[in-house]
Amino acid sequence: MILRASRLTKRYGARVAVEDISFELYPGEVLAVVGESGSGKTTLLNCISGRLKPDSGTVEFTTRHEGAKDLFSLSEAERRLLARTDWGYVHQSPELGLRMEVSAGANVGERLMALGERHYGRLRGTAAEWLARVEMDVQRIDETPESFSGGMRQRLQIARNLVTQPRLVFMDEPTSGLDVSVQARLLDLVRSLTRELDLAAVIVTHDLAVARLLADRMLVMKGGRVVEQGLTDRLLDDPQHPYTQLLVSSVLQP
Amino acid sequence: MRDVNYNFGYLDERTKRMIRRAILKAVAIPGYQVPFGSREMPLPYGWGTGGIQVTASVIGPNDVLKVIDQGADDTVNAVNIRRFFQRTTGVTTTQRTADATLIQTRHRIPETPLTERQTIIYQVPVPEPLQRLEPRELETRRMHALAEYGLMHVKLYEDIARYGHVAATYDYPVMVNGRYLMAPSPIPKFDNPKMSMNPALQLFGAGREKRIYAVPPYTKVESLAFDDHPFEVQRWTAACALCGSRSSFLDEIVTDDRGGRMFVCSDTDYCGSRQSGKEEAA
Repeated sequence: MILRASRLTKRYGARVAVEDISFELYPGEVLAVVGESGSGKTTLLNCISGRLKPDSGTVEFTTRHEGAKDLFSLSEAERRLLARTDWGYVHQSPELGLRMEVSAGANVGERLMALGERHYGRLRGTAAEWLARVEMDVQRIDETPESFSGGMRQRLQIARNLVTQPRLVFMDEPTSGLDVSVQARLLDLVRSLTRELDLAAVIVTHDLAVARLLADRMLVMKGGRVVEQGLTDRLLDDPQHPYTQLLVSSVLQP
Repeated sequence: MRDVNYNFGYLDERTKRMIRRAILKAVAIPGYQVPFGSREMPLPYGWGTGGIQVTASVIGPNDVLKVIDQGADDTVNAVNIRRFFQRTTGVTTTQRTADATLIQTRHRIPETPLTERQTIIYQVPVPEPLQRLEPRELETRRMHALAEYGLMHVKLYEDIARYGHVAATYDYPVMVNGRYLMAPSPIPKFDNPKMSMNPALQLFGAGREKRIYAVPPYTKVESLAFDDHPFEVQRWTAACALCGSRSSFLDEIVTDDRGGRMFVCSDTDYCGSRQSGKEEAA
């Protein structure tokens, strides 16, 4: 077990965003959270990534050296350290996750510099290596993300997050906003990286194809609750809950 | 002569006490920016209102004051501030670094080494070194609190990637006492090494930004760098055209429209005393 959420509830005033959600995530496992807009997916992601304190319930993360820790009992400094070493967070829009005004190399190297790396040559070497791993042109290491296409920005964001070899990555709709062929290549990349690095990931998406391609397991959310969960193929091929059935049947077949 | 219609040092006694409390806190936490209730001064922001308020709060009737602007004692900012304190305190003023007990400065640290009986006060336009990189002050304060300074190295990395070296030549960021990242005010990076383990008390006042910070005597001040791109100060191939110094900070002065130029010391007191020393020897 790498992450355990127990009975998470978060309300915004009288409105319930997330209610009574529990799940466990194992090392190397990819979990997809699907559901329509407004079903509480992003709130759930914010809660389990320590960005938003739930009203009740706990989130435990198994640290490398000290066993399971409750996220919200850690100090802010510890939580931020965790967030830039053992975790990654890939935003839906890369502009939020990148520094748009500094070069690709500096974007990738930022986490390492924050951890105390003070050797320019090594930083640059590592940055080039990671650009290559996410299938970007290493020649463009000194260009700013402003000159990159949407797909390249998303690749850069992934490289920036993976450079510290995290064990858990949160992704919020990583492929929406990209055209289909770019999406397919990015998904392929994410799939091979999670396998290679034995990454655990929580992917929030409304796209069932993304879930099918990447996820081992799925949670289906509606109105802040999990209505169904299970192995991806089982759930998509034999949905039990009426809402899941609706969701699966509403996918357009070209 | 002192104008008795003003309180000693222009500021009222309670304001001075408030500023002294901020200074004490700043000295206790080297490099930490202490907020203070900056007052309206009879000079516009950008003319050194922060430095003037700090000077006004620590000056006593027996102090000897020197005011520097870009290394010189006779430029407009220095003349104005010196006259201001002559009128409001009546203290003795000097141009000689060695004679001064209080030195208010803009853009330079004197070439003559400072001593334990001296205090140097810097005028600071932008106290937050991270401001250009992270505009949210809530976030920069959190970064200081948690000592998360990776972002500053991102800036240095960016400089090296673009220009092949760290392009910042003034206001070059430093770490104070191994803990706080600090803007040394817009002094040339040539002066950065003088800040470290300096016997004098160093105070910094930012009037518009309402911050005071300090480097106590004998405190370690390190300029940021990469292991393979170490910190370096400016060097000149020329010597000072007036005093012949090869170790001081030189200004380039254009002398005519045909490309004539000369290099002279920016520190006028240092240059002048070397020249008169030479004349005596001759």
